[in-house]
Amino acid sequence: MPQKENKKKQAGFFSFIITFVFMFATWIILSGYFEPLLLGLGVISSLAIAWFFHDLLFAGATVQDTRVFLRFCQYAPWLILEIIKANFHLLFLVFHPRMHQLIDPHIIQFQTGLKSNIAITTLANAITLTPGTVTITANAEGGFRVHAIDRQSAEGLPGVMRDRVAQVFGENR
Amino acid sequence: MHIIINILSVSCLLMGLIFFIGGAVGIMRMPDFYSRLHPAGKLDTLGIFTMVAGLVIYNFHHLSLGVVLLSIKMFLIVFFVFLASPTATHSIVDAGMRAGLRPWTKKKEKE
Repeated sequence: MPQKENKKKQAGFFSFIITFVFMFATWIILSGYFEPLLLGLGVISSLAIAWFFHDLLFAGATVQDTRVFLRFCQYAPWLILEIIKANFHLLFLVFHPRMHQLIDPHIIQFQTGLKSNIAITTLANAITLTPGTVTITANAEGGFRVHAIDRQSAEGLPGVMRDRVAQVFGENR
Repeated sequence: MHIIINILSVSCLLMGLIFFIGGAVGIMRMPDFYSRLHPAGKLDTLGIFTMVAGLVIYNFHHLSLGVVLLSIKMFLIVFFVFLASPTATHSIVDAGMRAGLRPWTKKKEKE
């Protein structure tokens, strides 16, 4: 029991540090002043906010979670590239004179096998951000219903994107 | 140097304009509620991304710390749009589903 308590305390301290760094970085970016007085005020208010709200923003964050963050940073550029590619496809569809023959709206269902809430949320957001597909429902067991605008947008679906998200959050089947 | 910056930023702004026009035209042309949301919610995200990128490139005319901070702030707008836009799109789709609106499909038209 004491060991568990100790671990909990460590996690609390880590999330406190993360919240403080995050808040202070936001302060610097949004203020843009580098006078000692204003920086000091920023440190004080960031400390106060980190003290009160560290169990709210990054609750239960541990040192291992930084790896998830780093993997997420690798995943983000890939997602942006996918968004750009799919955007051009949708733009082509919208301006095509015979659009009604090209599109084929339908709903597909699939099981992803993702467990954690954050992974399911990230995948649902990624599917909706990629043009041509919108997440309709996503349940806690990782089942998805997706509305797709045409066959081409739908065929890439549970495949690559699911594997990427699963890899980010360390959830391989 | 100034000419290169101008060309880059204007071409980014024009790209953003094309995406926004595509979004507007798409809302008009798509057949039903659900497929209209595809251009409405999505072309806007890349539109705002390219537009802000164009403005950030224009900022490089006189580079200083304040300008860099300003550019980061502008990209914060893009970040929040990228978070909020899928959420809004999803809640609209969910509202349509709860109300029992059937999606338009090709087969129905043939019958």
